[in-house]
Amino acid sequence: MDNNSQEIHVKKEVLIELIKAFFSDNFEENTRLVPYEIRPTGAEVPYRCCIYKERAIIKDRTIAGLGFPIEEDDERRSLTTYAKKAMERTSLDGKNLTVLQAACKGCVPSQIHVTDLCQACVARPCQSACKFGAITVDNGRSQIDASKCKKCKMCISACPYNAIVKITVPCEEACPVGAIAKDDSGFACIDFEKCISCGRCIAACPFGAVHEKSQIIDILKAIVSEKRVIAMVAPSIAGQFPGSVYQLKTAMLKAGFDDVYEVAQGADITAANEAKEFMERMKDVNDKNTDWLTEWANEGGYGVSEEPSENENLHKFMTTSCCAGYNQLVKKHLPEIKPFVSNTKTPLFYTAELVKQQYPDSITVFVSPCVAKRAEGFEDKNVDYVMSFEELGALFVAKKIEILNCEETKFKKESSKQARNFGVTGGVAESVKKSLKDEDLVKPLVISGLNKDNIKQLKKIATCGECENGCNLVEVMCCEGGCIAGNATINNARIAKKLINKLVDASEDIDKI
Amino acid sequence: MEKIKVEICLGTACFVMGGADLQDLSDIIPLKFGEKVEVLGNTCLDLCSTEYGKAPFVKVNDFIIEKATKDKVIAKINEILSTQEK
Repeated sequence: MDNNSQEIHVKKEVLIELIKAFFSDNFEENTRLVPYEIRPTGAEVPYRCCIYKERAIIKDRTIAGLGFPIEEDDERRSLTTYAKKAMERTSLDGKNLTVLQAACKGCVPSQIHVTDLCQACVARPCQSACKFGAITVDNGRSQIDASKCKKCKMCISACPYNAIVKITVPCEEACPVGAIAKDDSGFACIDFEKCISCGRCIAACPFGAVHEKSQIIDILKAIVSEKRVIAMVAPSIAGQFPGSVYQLKTAMLKAGFDDVYEVAQGADITAANEAKEFMERMKDVNDKNTDWLTEWANEGGYGVSEEPSENENLHKFMTTSCCAGYNQLVKKHLPEIKPFVSNTKTPLFYTAELVKQQYPDSITVFVSPCVAKRAEGFEDKNVDYVMSFEELGALFVAKKIEILNCEETKFKKESSKQARNFGVTGGVAESVKKSLKDEDLVKPLVISGLNKDNIKQLKKIATCGECENGCNLVEVMCCEGGCIAGNATINNARIAKKLINKLVDASEDIDKI
Repeated sequence: MEKIKVEICLGTACFVMGGADLQDLSDIIPLKFGEKVEVLGNTCLDLCSTEYGKAPFVKVNDFIIEKATKDKVIAKINEILSTQEK
Protein backbone atom coordinates (compact mmCIF):
# COMPACT_ATOMS: atom_id res chain seq x y z
CA MET A 1 0.00 0.00 0.00
CA ASP A 2 1.24 3.46 -0.80
CA ASN A 3 0.84 5.59 2.33
CA ASN A 4 2.13 8.62 0.50
CA SER A 5 -0.34 9.03 -2.32
CA GLN A 6 -2.18 12.28 -2.91
CA GLU A 7 -5.72 11.20 -2.00
CA ILE A 8 -4.43 10.07 1.40
CA HIS A 9 -2.70 13.43 1.80
CA VAL A 10 -6.01 15.26 1.29
CA LYS A 11 -7.83 12.98 3.72
CA LYS A 12 -5.23 13.75 6.39
CA GLU A 13 -5.43 17.50 5.69
CA VAL A 14 -9.18 17.36 6.31
CA LEU A 15 -8.68 15.62 9.66
CA ILE A 16 -6.05 18.16 10.74
CA GLU A 17 -8.29 21.13 9.86
CA LEU A 18 -11.22 19.51 11.62
CA ILE A 19 -9.20 18.96 14.80
CA LYS A 20 -7.92 22.54 14.63
CA ALA A 21 -11.52 23.70 14.28
CA PHE A 22 -12.48 21.65 17.32
CA PHE A 23 -9.90 23.36 19.48
CA SER A 24 -10.73 26.81 18.07
CA ASP A 25 -13.17 29.24 19.67
CA ASN A 26 -15.86 28.54 17.07
CA PHE A 27 -16.01 24.89 16.06
CA GLU A 28 -19.13 25.09 13.90
CA GLU A 29 -18.03 28.08 11.84
CA ASN A 30 -14.46 26.83 11.44
CA THR A 31 -15.75 23.43 10.35
CA ARG A 32 -17.77 25.19 7.65
CA LEU A 33 -14.54 26.81 6.53
CA VAL A 34 -12.51 23.57 6.22
CA PRO A 35 -12.89 23.34 2.40
CA TYR A 36 -11.87 27.00 2.08
CA GLU A 37 -8.84 26.55 4.32
CA ILE A 38 -7.60 23.66 2.22
CA ARG A 39 -8.49 25.29 -1.12
CA PRO A 40 -8.39 29.05 -0.50
CA THR A 41 -9.33 31.43 -3.30
CA GLY A 42 -6.60 31.51 -5.89
CA ALA A 43 -5.23 28.12 -4.82
CA GLU A 44 -3.99 25.66 -7.35
CA VAL A 45 -6.65 23.17 -8.49
CA PRO A 46 -4.68 19.98 -8.56
CA TYR A 47 -7.19 17.23 -9.26
CA ARG A 48 -10.68 18.27 -10.35
CA CYS A 49 -12.21 20.50 -13.00
CA CYS A 50 -12.47 23.62 -10.83
CA ILE A 51 -11.98 24.87 -7.31
CA TYR A 52 -15.72 24.62 -6.60
CA LYS A 53 -15.78 20.91 -7.21
CA GLU A 54 -12.58 20.46 -5.17
CA ARG A 55 -14.25 22.26 -2.27
CA ALA A 56 -17.47 20.26 -2.66
CA ILE A 57 -15.50 17.05 -2.43
CA ILE A 58 -13.54 18.31 0.56
CA LYS A 59 -16.87 19.17 2.18
CA ASP A 60 -17.95 15.55 1.73
CA ARG A 61 -14.67 14.30 3.16
CA THR A 62 -15.30 16.57 6.15
CA ILE A 63 -18.71 14.94 6.65
CA ALA A 64 -16.95 11.55 6.94
CA GLY A 65 -14.43 13.14 9.30
CA LEU A 66 -17.33 14.28 11.46
CA GLY A 67 -18.50 10.67 11.52
CA PHE A 68 -21.57 10.88 9.27
CA PRO A 69 -22.39 8.82 6.15
CA ILE A 70 -21.73 10.85 3.00
CA GLU A 71 -24.34 8.86 1.06
CA GLU A 72 -27.13 10.44 3.09
CA ASP A 73 -26.03 14.01 2.40
CA ASP A 74 -28.42 15.97 0.18
CA GLU A 75 -26.09 18.97 -0.19
CA ARG A 76 -28.63 21.20 1.50
CA ARG A 77 -27.14 20.85 4.95
CA SER A 78 -24.08 22.93 5.69
CA LEU A 79 -21.03 21.70 7.56
CA THR A 80 -22.15 23.96 10.41
CA THR A 81 -25.22 21.76 10.90
CA TYR A 82 -23.11 18.59 10.74
CA ALA A 83 -20.64 20.00 13.27
CA LYS A 84 -23.51 20.83 15.62
CA LYS A 85 -24.98 17.33 15.22
CA ALA A 86 -21.57 15.77 15.88
CA MET A 87 -21.28 17.71 19.14
CA GLU A 88 -24.75 16.63 20.26
CA ARG A 89 -24.35 12.98 19.34
CA THR A 90 -23.97 10.45 22.13
CA SER A 91 -23.79 7.19 20.19
CA LEU A 92 -22.41 5.93 16.87
CA ASP A 93 -23.82 3.55 14.28
CA GLY A 94 -21.90 0.42 13.39
CA LYS A 95 -21.26 1.08 9.73
CA ASN A 96 -17.57 1.89 9.47
CA LEU A 97 -17.24 2.96 5.87
CA THR A 98 -18.85 5.52 3.64
CA VAL A 99 -18.50 6.19 -0.08
CA LEU A 100 -18.02 9.69 -1.41
CA GLN A 101 -20.05 9.52 -4.59
CA ALA A 102 -18.84 12.85 -5.94
CA ALA A 103 -15.28 11.52 -5.78
CA CYS A 104 -16.24 8.04 -7.00
CA LYS A 105 -15.73 8.41 -10.68
CA GLY A 106 -18.18 5.65 -11.36
CA CYS A 107 -15.47 3.80 -13.28
CA VAL A 108 -16.37 1.93 -16.48
CA PRO A 109 -17.96 -1.38 -15.44
CA SER A 110 -15.53 -4.27 -15.22
CA GLN A 111 -15.28 -5.91 -18.66
CA ILE A 112 -12.99 -7.42 -21.26
CA HIS A 113 -12.32 -4.78 -23.91
CA VAL A 114 -10.82 -4.96 -27.39
CA THR A 115 -8.64 -1.92 -28.06
CA ASP A 116 -7.61 -0.16 -31.29
CA LEU A 117 -4.52 -2.35 -31.39
CA CYS A 118 -6.66 -5.21 -32.76
CA GLN A 119 -5.47 -6.03 -36.28
CA ALA A 120 -8.41 -8.30 -37.15
CA CYS A 121 -5.79 -10.90 -38.04
CA VAL A 122 -6.41 -14.01 -40.08
CA ALA A 123 -5.44 -16.52 -37.39
CA ARG A 124 -7.95 -15.10 -34.89
CA PRO A 125 -6.45 -16.74 -31.81
CA CYS A 126 -8.87 -14.85 -29.56
CA GLN A 127 -11.82 -16.50 -31.24
CA SER A 128 -10.42 -20.00 -30.86
CA ALA A 129 -9.30 -19.29 -27.29
CA CYS A 130 -12.81 -18.29 -26.23
CA LYS A 131 -14.66 -21.31 -24.89
CA PHE A 132 -17.93 -19.45 -24.67
CA GLY A 133 -18.28 -18.29 -28.27
CA ALA A 134 -18.31 -14.67 -27.17
CA ILE A 135 -15.95 -13.33 -29.85
CA THR A 136 -16.78 -12.47 -33.44
CA VAL A 137 -14.81 -10.37 -35.91
CA ASP A 138 -16.73 -7.51 -37.39
CA ASN A 139 -15.82 -4.11 -38.88
CA GLY A 140 -12.11 -4.91 -38.83
CA ARG A 141 -12.02 -5.67 -35.13
CA SER A 142 -12.80 -8.48 -32.70
CA GLN A 143 -16.07 -7.89 -30.88
CA ILE A 144 -16.97 -9.34 -27.50
CA ASP A 145 -20.57 -10.27 -26.73
CA ALA A 146 -20.87 -9.19 -23.10
CA SER A 147 -23.79 -11.55 -22.47
CA LYS A 148 -21.60 -14.56 -23.31
CA CYS A 149 -18.26 -13.35 -21.90
CA LYS A 150 -17.28 -14.98 -18.60
CA LYS A 151 -14.22 -12.74 -18.15
CA CYS A 152 -11.91 -15.76 -18.16
CA LYS A 153 -9.21 -13.68 -19.88
CA MET A 154 -8.19 -16.51 -22.26
CA CYS A 155 -8.47 -14.11 -25.22
CA ILE A 156 -6.15 -11.67 -23.46
CA SER A 157 -3.37 -14.23 -23.24
CA ALA A 158 -4.06 -15.48 -26.76
CA CYS A 159 -3.77 -12.12 -28.59
CA PRO A 160 -0.31 -11.68 -30.13
CA TYR A 161 -0.80 -7.87 -30.30
CA ASN A 162 -1.73 -7.43 -26.63
CA ALA A 163 -4.82 -5.79 -28.04
CA ILE A 164 -7.32 -7.08 -25.48
CA VAL A 165 -7.43 -5.73 -21.93
CA LYS A 166 -9.47 -6.27 -18.84
CA ILE A 167 -11.00 -3.06 -17.54
CA THR A 168 -11.21 -3.30 -13.80
CA VAL A 169 -13.02 -1.42 -11.08
CA PRO A 170 -10.30 -1.12 -8.41
CA CYS A 171 -12.56 -1.34 -5.36
CA GLU A 172 -14.51 -4.32 -6.72
CA GLU A 173 -11.25 -6.00 -7.67
CA ALA A 174 -9.75 -5.42 -4.23
CA CYS A 175 -12.73 -6.58 -2.17
CA PRO A 176 -12.18 -10.25 -1.29
CA VAL A 177 -15.83 -10.91 -0.43
CA GLY A 178 -17.78 -9.08 -3.13
CA ALA A 179 -19.15 -6.48 -0.73
CA ILE A 180 -18.57 -3.41 -2.88
CA ALA A 181 -20.10 -3.00 -6.31
CA LYS A 182 -21.44 -0.33 -8.58
CA ASP A 183 -25.13 0.32 -8.14
CA ASP A 184 -27.58 1.20 -10.91
CA SER A 185 -26.28 4.73 -11.09
CA GLY A 186 -22.73 3.47 -11.59
CA PHE A 187 -21.38 4.51 -8.21
CA ALA A 188 -19.73 2.21 -5.69
CA CYS A 189 -21.99 0.98 -2.93
CA ILE A 190 -21.06 -1.13 0.11
CA ASP A 191 -23.14 -4.07 1.27
CA PHE A 192 -22.58 -4.12 5.03
CA GLU A 193 -24.11 -7.59 5.36
CA LYS A 194 -21.09 -8.86 3.43
CA CYS A 195 -18.40 -6.30 4.33
CA ILE A 196 -15.66 -7.59 6.65
CA SER A 197 -14.16 -4.10 7.16
CA CYS A 198 -10.80 -5.16 5.76
CA GLY A 199 -10.20 -1.71 4.33
CA ARG A 200 -8.88 -2.94 0.99
CA CYS A 201 -11.30 -0.73 -0.94
CA ILE A 202 -10.03 2.35 0.89
CA ALA A 203 -6.50 1.62 -0.24
CA ALA A 204 -7.53 0.54 -3.73
CA CYS A 205 -9.63 3.50 -4.90
CA PRO A 206 -7.37 5.95 -6.75
CA PHE A 207 -9.93 8.73 -6.18
CA GLY A 208 -9.96 8.21 -2.44
CA ALA A 209 -13.72 7.79 -2.57
CA VAL A 210 -14.04 5.28 0.26
CA HIS A 211 -13.77 6.82 3.71
CA GLU A 212 -13.65 5.55 7.23
CA LYS A 213 -16.34 7.16 9.32
CA SER A 214 -14.25 8.89 11.91
CA GLN A 215 -14.94 8.99 15.64
CA ILE A 216 -12.39 11.76 16.16
CA ILE A 217 -14.91 14.36 17.32
CA ASP A 218 -16.34 11.98 19.91
CA ILE A 219 -12.81 11.23 21.13
CA LEU A 220 -11.95 14.93 21.35
CA LYS A 221 -15.17 15.57 23.24
CA ALA A 222 -14.10 12.91 25.75
CA ILE A 223 -10.61 14.40 26.00
CA VAL A 224 -11.87 17.87 26.89
CA SER A 225 -14.43 16.45 29.34
CA GLU A 226 -13.73 15.74 32.99
CA LYS A 227 -13.52 12.02 32.31
CA ARG A 228 -10.35 9.98 32.36
CA VAL A 229 -9.52 9.01 28.76
CA ILE A 230 -7.16 6.11 28.29
CA ALA A 231 -5.51 5.30 24.98
CA MET A 232 -4.60 1.73 24.14
CA VAL A 233 -2.07 1.58 21.32
CA ALA A 234 -1.83 -1.41 18.96
CA PRO A 235 1.57 -3.16 18.87
CA SER A 236 2.01 -2.07 15.25
CA ILE A 237 2.24 1.58 16.35
CA ALA A 238 5.94 1.16 17.15
CA GLY A 239 6.92 1.69 13.51
CA GLN A 240 4.54 4.53 12.75
CA PHE A 241 5.96 7.74 14.19
CA PRO A 242 9.37 9.35 14.59
CA GLY A 243 11.06 8.68 17.93
CA SER A 244 10.58 5.82 20.38
CA VAL A 245 7.29 4.40 21.70
CA TYR A 246 8.15 6.02 25.04
CA GLN A 247 8.43 9.44 23.39
CA LEU A 248 5.18 8.67 21.60
CA LYS A 249 3.54 8.00 24.96
CA THR A 250 4.60 11.45 26.18
CA ALA A 251 3.31 13.02 22.98
CA MET A 252 -0.05 11.33 23.50
CA LEU A 253 -0.23 12.55 27.09
CA LYS A 254 0.46 16.05 25.76
CA ALA A 255 -2.32 15.58 23.21
CA GLY A 256 -4.74 15.11 26.09
CA PHE A 257 -4.92 11.42 26.96
CA ASP A 258 -4.74 10.68 30.67
CA ASP A 259 -2.79 7.47 30.24
CA VAL A 260 -1.49 5.21 27.48
CA TYR A 261 -1.44 1.41 27.57
CA GLU A 262 0.34 -0.87 25.17
CA VAL A 263 -2.09 -3.41 23.70
CA ALA A 264 1.01 -5.60 23.58
CA GLN A 265 0.26 -6.07 27.28
CA GLY A 266 -2.95 -7.84 26.25
CA ALA A 267 -1.04 -9.65 23.51
CA ASP A 268 1.01 -11.35 26.22
CA ILE A 269 -2.25 -12.64 27.73
CA THR A 270 -3.55 -13.68 24.29
CA ALA A 271 -0.33 -15.59 23.60
CA ALA A 272 -0.47 -17.45 26.91
CA ASN A 273 -4.16 -18.32 26.56
CA GLU A 274 -3.78 -19.29 22.95
CA ALA A 275 -0.84 -21.55 23.81
CA LYS A 276 -2.89 -23.25 26.55
CA GLU A 277 -5.84 -23.67 24.25
CA PHE A 278 -3.60 -25.02 21.52
CA MET A 279 -2.21 -27.66 23.86
CA GLU A 280 -5.70 -28.70 24.98
CA ARG A 281 -7.01 -28.91 21.45
CA MET A 282 -4.00 -30.78 20.15
CA LYS A 283 -3.77 -33.04 23.21
CA ASP A 284 -6.11 -35.68 21.82
CA VAL A 285 -4.30 -35.73 18.49
CA ASN A 286 -0.94 -35.92 20.23
CA ASP A 287 -2.13 -38.59 22.69
CA LYS A 288 -3.40 -40.68 19.84
CA ASN A 289 -0.12 -40.39 18.01
CA THR A 290 1.80 -41.28 21.17
CA ASP A 291 -0.46 -44.32 21.78
CA TRP A 292 0.09 -45.45 18.27
CA LEU A 293 3.87 -44.98 18.55
CA THR A 294 3.98 -46.93 21.82
CA GLU A 295 1.93 -49.73 20.33
CA TRP A 296 4.09 -49.74 17.26
CA ALA A 297 7.24 -49.92 19.37
CA ASN A 298 5.83 -52.67 21.63
CA GLU A 299 4.59 -54.79 18.79
CA GLY A 300 7.69 -54.18 16.72
CA GLY A 301 5.48 -52.90 13.95
CA TYR A 302 3.58 -56.17 13.47
CA GLY A 303 -0.15 -55.98 13.18
CA VAL A 304 -0.19 -52.20 13.68
CA SER A 305 -1.70 -49.93 11.07
CA GLU A 306 0.75 -47.71 9.23
CA GLU A 307 -0.94 -44.51 10.35
CA PRO A 308 -2.90 -43.73 13.49
CA SER A 309 -6.56 -44.35 12.65
CA GLU A 310 -8.74 -41.41 11.66
CA ASN A 311 -11.21 -39.90 14.04
CA GLU A 312 -13.34 -37.30 12.39
CA ASN A 313 -14.05 -35.45 15.59
CA LEU A 314 -10.40 -34.68 16.22
CA HIS A 315 -9.29 -31.22 15.30
CA LYS A 316 -5.91 -31.35 13.71
CA PHE A 317 -5.36 -27.62 13.64
CA MET A 318 -6.39 -24.42 15.31
CA THR A 319 -6.52 -20.96 13.85
CA THR A 320 -5.65 -17.76 15.66
CA SER A 321 -8.41 -15.31 16.52
CA CYS A 322 -6.95 -11.88 17.01
CA CYS A 323 -7.44 -10.29 13.58
CA ALA A 324 -10.75 -8.42 13.48
CA GLY A 325 -11.01 -8.70 9.69
CA TYR A 326 -10.56 -12.46 9.88
CA ASN A 327 -13.14 -12.74 12.66
CA GLN A 328 -15.63 -10.83 10.50
CA LEU A 329 -14.84 -13.15 7.60
CA VAL A 330 -15.49 -16.23 9.74
CA LYS A 331 -18.76 -14.79 10.98
CA LYS A 332 -20.07 -13.66 7.61
CA HIS A 333 -18.53 -15.96 5.02
CA LEU A 334 -16.69 -18.95 6.50
CA PRO A 335 -18.86 -20.51 9.25
CA GLU A 336 -17.32 -23.91 8.44
CA ILE A 337 -13.99 -22.84 9.92
CA LYS A 338 -15.54 -21.56 13.16
CA PRO A 339 -14.93 -24.80 15.15
CA PHE A 340 -11.23 -24.49 14.39
CA VAL A 341 -10.90 -20.85 15.47
CA SER A 342 -9.44 -20.45 18.94
CA ASN A 343 -11.76 -19.08 21.61
CA THR A 344 -8.98 -16.95 23.00
CA LYS A 345 -9.80 -13.26 22.98
CA THR A 346 -7.86 -10.56 21.20
CA PRO A 347 -5.06 -8.48 22.76
CA LEU A 348 -7.42 -5.49 22.60
CA PHE A 349 -10.08 -7.41 24.57
CA TYR A 350 -7.70 -8.24 27.42
CA THR A 351 -6.18 -4.76 27.50
CA ALA A 352 -9.55 -3.01 27.54
CA GLU A 353 -10.82 -5.40 30.24
CA LEU A 354 -7.80 -4.61 32.36
CA VAL A 355 -8.20 -0.85 31.95
CA LYS A 356 -11.92 -0.93 32.75
CA GLN A 357 -11.27 -3.06 35.84
CA GLN A 358 -8.79 -0.51 37.09
CA TYR A 359 -10.75 2.55 36.03
CA PRO A 360 -14.41 1.61 35.55
CA ASP A 361 -15.46 5.18 34.72
CA SER A 362 -12.76 5.80 32.16
CA ILE A 363 -13.27 6.20 28.42
CA THR A 364 -11.12 3.78 26.42
CA VAL A 365 -9.77 4.61 22.97
CA PHE A 366 -8.08 1.97 20.88
CA VAL A 367 -5.46 3.38 18.51
CA SER A 368 -5.65 1.17 15.45
CA PRO A 369 -3.82 0.42 12.22
CA CYS A 370 -7.01 -0.60 10.42
CA VAL A 371 -10.74 -0.10 9.98
CA ALA A 372 -11.54 -3.71 10.91
CA LYS A 373 -10.83 -2.98 14.55
CA ARG A 374 -13.64 -0.42 14.45
CA ALA A 375 -15.97 -3.37 13.95
CA GLU A 376 -14.41 -5.12 16.94
CA GLY A 377 -14.70 -1.91 18.96
CA PHE A 378 -18.45 -1.86 18.38
CA GLU A 379 -18.76 -5.43 19.63
CA ASP A 380 -16.60 -5.00 22.73
CA LYS A 381 -18.34 -3.18 25.58
CA ASN A 382 -14.99 -2.23 27.12
CA VAL A 383 -13.83 -0.34 24.02
CA ASP A 384 -15.52 3.04 23.76
CA TYR A 385 -13.84 4.48 20.69
CA VAL A 386 -11.41 3.55 17.95
CA MET A 387 -8.96 6.01 16.47
CA SER A 388 -6.71 5.27 13.50
CA PHE A 389 -2.97 5.92 13.30
CA GLU A 390 -3.75 8.56 10.68
CA GLU A 391 -6.13 10.32 13.05
CA LEU A 392 -3.58 10.25 15.88
CA GLY A 393 -1.03 11.71 13.46
CA ALA A 394 -3.49 14.44 12.49
CA LEU A 395 -4.04 15.22 16.18
CA PHE A 396 -0.29 15.68 16.69
CA VAL A 397 -0.04 17.95 13.65
CA ALA A 398 -3.06 20.03 14.67
CA LYS A 399 -1.70 20.47 18.18
CA LYS A 400 1.86 21.01 16.90
CA ILE A 401 3.35 18.27 19.04
CA GLU A 402 6.90 17.32 18.06
CA ILE A 403 7.46 13.72 19.12
CA LEU A 404 11.23 13.96 18.77
CA ASN A 405 11.27 16.79 21.33
CA CYS A 406 9.33 14.74 23.90
CA GLU A 407 10.88 13.05 26.92
CA GLU A 408 10.43 9.32 27.34
CA THR A 409 7.63 8.01 29.58
CA LYS A 410 7.74 4.30 30.42
CA PHE A 411 4.70 2.03 30.46
CA LYS A 412 3.50 0.67 33.80
CA LYS A 413 4.14 -2.79 32.49
CA GLU A 414 6.68 -3.58 29.80
CA SER A 415 5.53 -6.08 27.19
CA SER A 416 7.46 -8.99 25.78
CA LYS A 417 9.45 -9.22 22.59
CA GLN A 418 6.86 -11.53 21.03
CA ALA A 419 3.86 -9.43 22.05
CA ARG A 420 5.41 -6.34 20.53
CA ASN A 421 5.86 -8.27 17.31
CA PHE A 422 2.17 -9.30 17.17
CA GLY A 423 1.39 -6.95 14.33
CA VAL A 424 3.93 -8.44 11.93
CA THR A 425 2.93 -11.46 9.87
CA GLY A 426 4.03 -14.64 11.63
CA GLY A 427 4.28 -12.80 14.95
CA VAL A 428 1.21 -14.34 16.60
CA ALA A 429 2.16 -17.92 15.71
CA GLU A 430 5.69 -17.24 16.92
CA SER A 431 4.42 -15.98 20.27
CA VAL A 432 2.35 -19.15 20.79
CA LYS A 433 5.37 -21.23 19.91
CA LYS A 434 7.68 -19.34 22.24
CA SER A 435 5.15 -19.66 25.05
CA LEU A 436 5.43 -23.45 25.01
CA LYS A 437 8.15 -25.46 26.70
CA ASP A 438 8.25 -27.79 23.72
CA GLU A 439 8.33 -25.31 20.85
CA ASP A 440 8.46 -28.07 18.24
CA LEU A 441 4.82 -28.96 18.87
CA VAL A 442 3.76 -25.92 16.86
CA LYS A 443 3.85 -26.21 13.10
CA PRO A 444 2.61 -22.86 11.84
CA LEU A 445 0.85 -22.08 8.60
CA VAL A 446 0.90 -18.33 8.07
CA ILE A 447 -1.84 -16.70 6.00
CA SER A 448 -0.74 -13.17 5.23
CA GLY A 449 -3.50 -11.17 3.57
CA LEU A 450 -7.12 -12.17 3.01
CA ASN A 451 -7.30 -12.15 -0.76
CA LYS A 452 -9.62 -14.40 -2.73
CA ASP A 453 -7.01 -17.17 -3.05
CA ASN A 454 -6.24 -17.27 0.66
CA ILE A 455 -9.94 -17.38 1.50
CA LYS A 456 -10.25 -20.40 -0.83
CA GLN A 457 -7.36 -22.05 0.99
CA LEU A 458 -9.03 -21.47 4.36
CA LYS A 459 -12.27 -22.92 3.03
CA LYS A 460 -10.36 -25.95 1.85
CA ILE A 461 -8.65 -26.69 5.15
CA ALA A 462 -11.92 -26.18 7.00
CA THR A 463 -13.62 -28.70 4.73
CA CYS A 464 -10.86 -31.35 4.90
CA GLY A 465 -10.28 -30.74 8.59
CA GLU A 466 -6.53 -30.64 8.19
CA CYS A 467 -3.71 -28.62 6.64
CA GLU A 468 -1.09 -29.76 4.23
CA ASN A 469 2.31 -30.72 5.64
CA GLY A 470 0.82 -31.37 9.07
CA CYS A 471 0.60 -27.71 10.02
CA ASN A 472 -1.42 -27.34 13.20
CA LEU A 473 -1.49 -23.64 13.99
CA VAL A 474 -2.95 -21.39 11.31
CA GLU A 475 -2.22 -17.72 11.82
CA VAL A 476 -4.50 -15.46 9.80
CA MET A 477 -3.91 -11.78 9.27
CA CYS A 478 -6.21 -9.85 7.03
CA CYS A 479 -3.55 -7.48 5.68
CA GLU A 480 -0.61 -8.68 3.66
CA GLY A 481 2.41 -8.33 5.92
CA GLY A 482 0.26 -8.07 9.06
CA CYS A 483 -1.15 -5.11 10.95
CA ILE A 484 1.89 -3.05 9.96
CA ALA A 485 0.25 -2.89 6.52
CA GLY A 486 -3.21 -1.91 7.78
CA ASN A 487 -5.21 0.59 5.75
CA ALA A 488 -4.74 3.41 8.26
CA THR A 489 -0.99 3.10 8.75
CA ILE A 490 1.33 6.02 8.15
CA ASN A 491 4.63 4.34 7.42
CA ASN A 492 5.36 1.83 4.70
CA ALA A 493 5.40 -1.71 6.03
CA ARG A 494 9.04 -2.41 5.23
CA ILE A 495 10.40 0.56 7.19
CA ALA A 496 7.82 0.01 9.95
CA LYS A 497 9.08 -3.53 10.39
CA LYS A 498 12.65 -2.30 10.82
CA LEU A 499 11.54 0.14 13.52
CA ILE A 500 9.49 -2.54 15.31
CA ASN A 501 12.51 -4.86 15.24
CA LYS A 502 14.50 -2.25 17.17
CA LEU A 503 11.94 -2.25 19.99
CA VAL A 504 11.57 -6.03 19.84
CA ASP A 505 15.33 -6.52 20.18
CA ALA A 506 15.36 -4.37 23.29
CA SER A 507 12.48 -6.32 24.93
CA GLU A 508 12.44 -9.45 27.07
CA ASP A 509 11.32 -12.91 25.91
CA ILE A 510 7.78 -14.06 26.64
CA ASP A 511 7.18 -16.25 29.72
CA LYS A 512 6.74 -19.98 29.18
CA ILE A 513 3.45 -21.36 30.42
CA MET B 1 33.59 19.93 -5.73
CA GLU B 2 31.40 20.63 -2.76
CA LYS B 3 29.16 17.86 -1.49
CA ILE B 4 25.44 18.22 -2.04
CA LYS B 5 23.63 18.36 1.27
CA VAL B 6 20.27 16.64 1.71
CA GLU B 7 18.18 17.31 4.80
CA ILE B 8 15.10 15.16 5.38
CA CYS B 9 12.60 16.63 7.79
CA LEU B 10 11.65 14.24 10.57
CA GLY B 11 9.19 16.59 12.21
CA THR B 12 5.89 14.97 13.21
CA ALA B 13 3.94 16.76 10.49
CA CYS B 14 6.31 15.77 7.69
CA PHE B 15 6.38 12.21 8.96
CA VAL B 16 2.59 11.98 9.15
CA MET B 17 2.00 13.64 5.79
CA GLY B 18 4.08 11.09 3.90
CA GLY B 19 7.65 11.72 5.03
CA ALA B 20 7.95 8.34 6.74
CA ASP B 21 8.74 6.86 3.38
CA LEU B 22 11.65 9.27 2.82
CA GLN B 23 13.79 7.58 5.47
CA ASP B 24 14.76 5.18 2.73
CA LEU B 25 16.80 7.98 1.18
CA SER B 26 19.47 7.58 3.87
CA ASP B 27 20.13 4.13 2.39
CA ILE B 28 19.49 4.92 -1.27
CA ILE B 29 21.55 8.10 -1.64
CA PRO B 30 24.93 6.72 -0.52
CA LEU B 31 24.43 3.72 -2.80
CA LYS B 32 23.46 5.84 -5.76
CA PHE B 33 25.70 8.88 -5.40
CA GLY B 34 28.50 7.71 -3.09
CA GLU B 35 30.62 10.56 -1.77
CA LYS B 36 29.04 13.28 -3.86
CA VAL B 37 25.96 13.63 -1.68
CA GLU B 38 25.63 13.79 2.07
CA VAL B 39 22.42 13.03 3.97
CA LEU B 40 22.33 15.08 7.14
CA GLY B 41 20.95 13.51 10.30
CA ASN B 42 17.47 13.73 11.77
CA THR B 43 16.41 17.32 11.61
CA CYS B 44 13.18 19.22 11.44
CA LEU B 45 13.29 22.00 8.88
CA ASP B 46 10.70 23.94 10.87
CA LEU B 47 8.40 24.38 7.93
CA CYS B 48 5.99 21.55 8.49
CA SER B 49 4.26 22.73 11.64
CA THR B 50 2.75 25.71 9.81
CA GLU B 51 2.70 24.61 6.19
CA TYR B 52 1.71 20.98 6.69
CA GLY B 53 -0.43 21.08 3.54
CA LYS B 54 2.79 21.09 1.54
CA ALA B 55 4.58 18.56 3.76
CA PRO B 56 6.74 16.51 3.63
CA PHE B 57 9.71 18.79 3.03
CA VAL B 58 13.23 17.92 1.96
CA LYS B 59 16.03 20.43 1.55
CA VAL B 60 18.63 19.82 -1.14
CA ASN B 61 21.40 22.39 -0.70
CA ASP B 62 19.33 25.59 -0.40
CA PHE B 63 16.39 24.34 -2.39
CA ILE B 64 13.23 23.29 -0.55
CA ILE B 65 11.21 20.47 -2.09
CA GLU B 66 7.52 20.52 -1.14
CA LYS B 67 5.39 17.38 -1.02
CA ALA B 68 8.68 15.57 -1.39
CA THR B 69 8.96 12.06 -2.76
CA LYS B 70 12.03 9.90 -3.24
CA ASP B 71 11.86 10.49 -6.99
CA LYS B 72 11.64 14.27 -6.63
CA VAL B 73 14.68 14.34 -4.34
CA ILE B 74 16.77 12.12 -6.62
CA ALA B 75 15.76 14.19 -9.66
CA LYS B 76 16.88 17.36 -7.87
CA ILE B 77 20.24 15.83 -6.96
CA ASN B 78 20.75 14.75 -10.55
CA GLU B 79 19.87 18.24 -11.75
CA ILE B 80 22.46 19.85 -9.45
CA LEU B 81 25.08 17.27 -10.39
CA SER B 82 24.55 17.88 -14.10
CA THR B 83 25.02 21.67 -13.70
CA GLN B 84 28.13 21.08 -11.59
CA GLU B 85 29.67 18.96 -14.31
CA LYS B 86 29.27 21.65 -16.95
